[in-house]
Formats: sequence, structure tokens, C-alpha cells
Amino acid sequence: MYPGYLEESIHLLEDTRVRRLLETMPRLAEEEKLALLKLYHPDYIESSMRRLQSGVNKGDSTPVELADLLEGNSRIDPDKIDPSRPDHNVDVLVIGCGGAGASSALIAQEEGARVLITTKLRLGDANTVGAQAGTQAADRPNDSPTIHYLDTLGGGRFDNVPELVEVLVKDAPSVIKWLEQLGVNWDKDADASMHELSGGGTSRRRLHSARDYTGLEEMRVLRDELRNKNIDYLEFAPAIELILDDRGQIAGAILMNLETEELVIVRARAVIMTTGGIGRLHIQGFPTTNHYGATADGLVLAYRAGAEMVFIDTMQYHPTGASYPLPILGQLVTEKVRTLGAQLANISGEQFVMPLEPRDVVASAIIRECRERQLGINTPTGESGVWLDSPMIDMIRGEGTIAKELPAMVRQFRRHNIDITREPILVYPTLHYQNGGIKINTSGATNVPGLFAAGECTGGVHGRNRLIGNSTLDLFVFGRRAGRAAAQYAREVKRGSPTLEHIRRWRRELQQAGLTRERPLSPRILPDYVRRTRGYTGQAI
Amino acid sequence: MAEQSRLIDIYIMGRHCQVPEGLTILTALEYSGYKMIRGCGCRAGFCGACATIYNFKNDPQLRYDLACQKTVEPDMYLVQVPFFPAVKALYDIEKTEATGEKVLALYPDLVKCFGCNTCTKTCPQELEVMWFMSDALRGDIREVADKSFDCLMCGLCAARCPQGLVPYNVAMLCRRLYGRYLAPVSKHLEDRIAEIEDGKFDAEIKKLKNSSEEKLRRMYAERDIEPALEQSWE
Repeated sequence: MYPGYLEESIHLLEDTRVRRLLETMPRLAEEEKLALLKLYHPDYIESSMRRLQSGVNKGDSTPVELADLLEGNSRIDPDKIDPSRPDHNVDVLVIGCGGAGASSALIAQEEGARVLITTKLRLGDANTVGAQAGTQAADRPNDSPTIHYLDTLGGGRFDNVPELVEVLVKDAPSVIKWLEQLGVNWDKDADASMHELSGGGTSRRRLHSARDYTGLEEMRVLRDELRNKNIDYLEFAPAIELILDDRGQIAGAILMNLETEELVIVRARAVIMTTGGIGRLHIQGFPTTNHYGATADGLVLAYRAGAEMVFIDTMQYHPTGASYPLPILGQLVTEKVRTLGAQLANISGEQFVMPLEPRDVVASAIIRECRERQLGINTPTGESGVWLDSPMIDMIRGEGTIAKELPAMVRQFRRHNIDITREPILVYPTLHYQNGGIKINTSGATNVPGLFAAGECTGGVHGRNRLIGNSTLDLFVFGRRAGRAAAQYAREVKRGSPTLEHIRRWRRELQQAGLTRERPLSPRILPDYVRRTRGYTGQAI
Repeated sequence: MAEQSRLIDIYIMGRHCQVPEGLTILTALEYSGYKMIRGCGCRAGFCGACATIYNFKNDPQLRYDLACQKTVEPDMYLVQVPFFPAVKALYDIEKTEATGEKVLALYPDLVKCFGCNTCTKTCPQELEVMWFMSDALRGDIREVADKSFDCLMCGLCAARCPQGLVPYNVAMLCRRLYGRYLAPVSKHLEDRIAEIEDGKFDAEIKKLKNSSEEKLRRMYAERDIEPALEQSWE
């Protein structure tokens, strides 16, 4: 139920609905999109960025929140830790366990490697479970990997790494099949074909879904399979530093048990970094759709070990985060709502952007509508937003469609007495995804020998803006590739003796740049949401 | 913002705290000084990490919910259940038949269900847990998959079952068997995989890879776009 003063705007929205059902907003031309982005997209606010002063990407620009952590101080004292006395000794260590981590672990084990997974929260507590809309794969007769390739490039502003996009689109159908063979329940039509929908920036219906619990379905199947395959794992044990050897190769990692605060040393021939996103750094103060542990730890560790980053100046703001009610502020309202036909409208009930433009374009248009044109809707808590006209879906596609296709959304709003089958949703952009990250090749290998990476912590495949349904796809395509490549690397590598010399070197570099005092400890591990009273004496982890 | 709201009394594991109304149980815990390690995951109602049991000062009836989704109410007594030692059967999906007998062999305790319906009353997703457990007992794997689909695997059903059953793990098994063996095969997917393996699209993609950005931009702007709707709704 919305506060009474919004009723007038809701009535306007209802009045214009019948007309809008027949109204199609034109797609923007490329130049119009670029102009809109430059004026309103948060990535273009120069004061929110700064150039890195140390490390491989010295001189590159990135949000200040990330820059501080990339240039942060190590949590360990290399003189007090002996990396040659490990608690675990394995072939492949997987750091992080969302979709990318789980798939890389399964494949690495299949290839004969002894695998250990370590993760900050529980197995599967990751952004993957929050992915609702679907996974792209060009498998319908009127579609092709080539069209998927062009869509992905256009969404990424033509900056994507072509080789990565090629394997993304070509592996996609077999990834869908792999997941089904493991037991994922895809939505299907009566004729046994996949039930597929369009998304922002896709020119074909290509999204494979599992109601609006797609990522959850994928993740719970993979997690169940990890257990069936008896793959070893440590929970609540984030990595806080990588270990190299005297040949400059990866030799393992130092973990911290969050509950006991003990350090755990893992010797590994190869490491796969699958630590996911960055949302909990709240870039520019945005709320986020991301899970509790999304603090860019993997980027920090890899950077300190000498890995190169790409596209770290671009974040994805999902156009439709909830802006009302307050308890779910910034939480994801899946793009599937627009995919199914819901339009975006301002306070007068008028459309202002074609709802299925790529995400950066739609987000910028919403920001323009609220900030410049002052046609947004203000909430009692001072947020602003625009209407996402969900009731249209049942009018277009038939009564009951919303309940069937969007059970998670219906449930989430029903808790706050909003019936999205009858009432619209109030939305505003929310921090959703890091488009860039660790640079990889098509095998998931980084420039540090033995360090592989996959999923949201990597960059390149999505260019400057990821399309809907390409993130979950990315997880499985590159997770599997990294798993295979890491297992093979682990078989062949000649090991040196482990050392933490790179941490000492890093410390000296920070000292020389005069940054030691200014910079925080990193990785961040968890965001700090605790209200501290006067009597607080403890130290935050 | 929150500071201006009315304060309400809640009891966290018995400890009296005053928190602004409108907070979720999770943010109320943080407001009261608790740094979450366990009992907090996606913070958006999808991962099931924050299962919570609560009742009220003058009402002993237990209730169940997700801390990240439920807003606090006056006089709430609450505790989280971040872990429950539930049984999970191990199996090889490739060698497991999609039959009721197999489900029963992996979870023989299914027969002990006496229909008390506690599981259904416990489920924060409001699923019909007892009904899908009886479907499982009858070997109707498809029904279990459908009814249990929105399960977050928070584990509260298992924590409360007086017979020690594990509905969420039984449902997981059934959904996987359904997806692997019973869901109809999509031929267009198989065909496309074969085409890709035959290299059918390699030349096209190579051409795109070698095209100038200007040409790619033109092709992108001119590409035909399939209507989002499967058919005209008019």
C-alpha cells in the first residue's frame, strides 16, 4: 500500500495505461544514447573517480572506494607467517563459491585435480542466487551465436574483448545443456521448447529462466552436486592474501576463519579467483542488489599479486531497484518485469524511455527524469523514483502471468502490502554489477602464472556495460574453462618455494608513495553496518 | 532517517533492545550492535541464510521468517537459526533413476511423516511443504518439483519436523531428477549445440571480429529486432 499522497500519480498512471498499451517508445540512436550516458550515468561523474598511484594499473581511473582498497595495507605481517608450513595442500584452490566457483571446482575435480573451495560466507551465498531474470543462450532457430555476439558488443559499447565474447556465445547452448544434465529445471513451453524471453538490448528472445528464481535454481543444483562429489570446502574462511613462490608463480593463499580469527595456510598449485562483485562498497553512496560479502576482495588480492585489471572505471547501475518501501530499498526488481511488458512512467503517467534499452541507457534516463526534469515521484523517506507499471503484464499476457512468472517479486512486495498485479512498483537505479575486473584470457588465465579467474571479478567480456542474462552465462562459461585450465596447469607446473616477498614489496611501494597511513586495511571482507554506541571498545574485523 | 522513527522494544536472544520501527530483523540486529557473520547472506530474500524464529512477550506461539525480509514488531523475541544439522543423501545423478522407489531408498524416513503439517506452517516462503512430502512418498516427482520450486533451502522445515525429516533436501533431489530425466528434451538446443560443434558460425563470427568498430556500429543499429511478445496480444 502506498502513502495516500501518491494516489493522484497512481490514478494518472492508470488513466494513461490503456493508451500506453498501444504506445511504443522509439529506440534511441547511438549518438542519443552516448549523449544521455555522458550527462547522467554515474560512471561519468569525474569527482567519484581517482587514478591509482601504485601497482600494475598505476595511472588508471577507478571509483575512489575501490581505489582505496586496491591500494590498501595488507592484513598480515609477512614476517610472522611461514607460508611453507601449510594446513592444506591441494592442486587447485577455488576462492569464492557462487556460480563461477562451483562450476570451476566441479570441472577441476572431473579433470583429476584435488580441489579445495574456500568461501567467505556459506557455499552458494553469492550474487548468483539473486539473479532472477535468466541466462542467455542463442538456441532458437531464428537466433544464432553471431547475433548474440553483436548484441553483446553493442551493449558493451563495442569495447568488449572479442575473443572472450566469441567463447561466451559459442559455449552458451552447451552450458544450458550441462546445467540441465545436472538437474536444473528450465522453464519450457508445451511443445518442449525452451520458454525464452527478450531482455534489454537483446534482439532475440534468448533468456532461459527458472521462474524468477533462475540464479537460485542454478546455484542450489551446483551446490548439491559439490556435496555429492565430496569436494572439500571451508566456509566463513575468506582469503586475505595470496602466496607466490620464488618463481613468481601462485603457490596458495592465506585464509582467515571469521569465527575463530585463526589464519589458515593453503598450499595450491593453482588458484581460481571467483570472488564476485563489489556492490557492498556502495560506490557513490548507491544502495545495492549485491549480497553481504560483495566487497571486491578478489580484486585486491589479485592486484597485490601483480594481476592486471581492465574496465575498473565502469559499474552497472541496475535501472530498477526498489525505492519504496524503505526495508527493501535498492533491492532488485528484476528486468524480467520489463521483459514481460511493463513500461516505465513518470509522475504524470507518461513514458520517457523504451523499457528494453540496455541497462546503462535506461538507468540514465530514469536519473534524468528524476533529477533534471523533476518528474520523479518522491517517497516519504526522501528517495525518488519512477513507476514500473507491472499491472500491464497481466493485461497484455493474460491474468495470472505475473503470479506464474514472477513469484519472488509478488512475494517480496506482498510482505509490504503492495500487490504488484494491481499496483505499480516504485523504482530507481541501484548498484548492481562491476563490468570490469581481473584481466583473463579465454581459459580464465591471468597474467600471474597459476592464477585463474572467472565470473564477476573478471573484466573484458562485457565491455563497458553487461547485458541481462550474460552474467550468469559468464559464470558457467568461464568457470568451466578456468576449472579445466587450472587442473591442467596444476598437473604440469614445476613448483618453487613459497614466499610472501610480494607483500613486503607492496608494503615498501606504499611507503615510498607515502600512502601507508592514508590507506585502509584490505581486503574489506565485510561491510560495516553496525551502529556503535558510546561504550563500544571492540575492533571491526 | 531511522533515528527519527518511533522506537520499539524487541528482545534479541532475551536481551532488551530499542530499535526504530520499520527496520528488518537483520538491520535491527545491526542497529543493536551485532556484526553479522553467520545468519546473513544475500540480504534480499533469496539465499535462506537468515532463518529466524520469533514469538512475542505475551504470545508464546512460535513464528518463522527470514531476518532480511521481516520487519520488526513491538515485543518480538527472536533468535536466528544459522545452521541446522540436516541429513543430505549423497548420490550420483547420472546413475539415479527418477522413480519414487529411488527417492524412498535415499530418504527412507519419508514414511515416518504423520502429517502434522508443522513444516508447512514453518515455511517462510509459504510453500505447501507437507503436500509435496506426501507427493514424494507417492513417487510423484514432477509434483514435488513444481510445489517446492520457490524453496530457498533455509532449513526451517527440517529444524521443526518432529520426525527428523528433511523436506528441503528431499525436494532438491526431486527437482534435480525432474530436470535431468523427466523434463521434455528441447530439440532446438541439441540442434544448435551440434551446429556450433560443426563450426557453422565460425566464419560469421570471424568476420565480425575483423570488422571495424564503425562497421559494427552500423550493423548493430540496423539489426532486426524480434518483437518482445511471442504473439500480438490484440
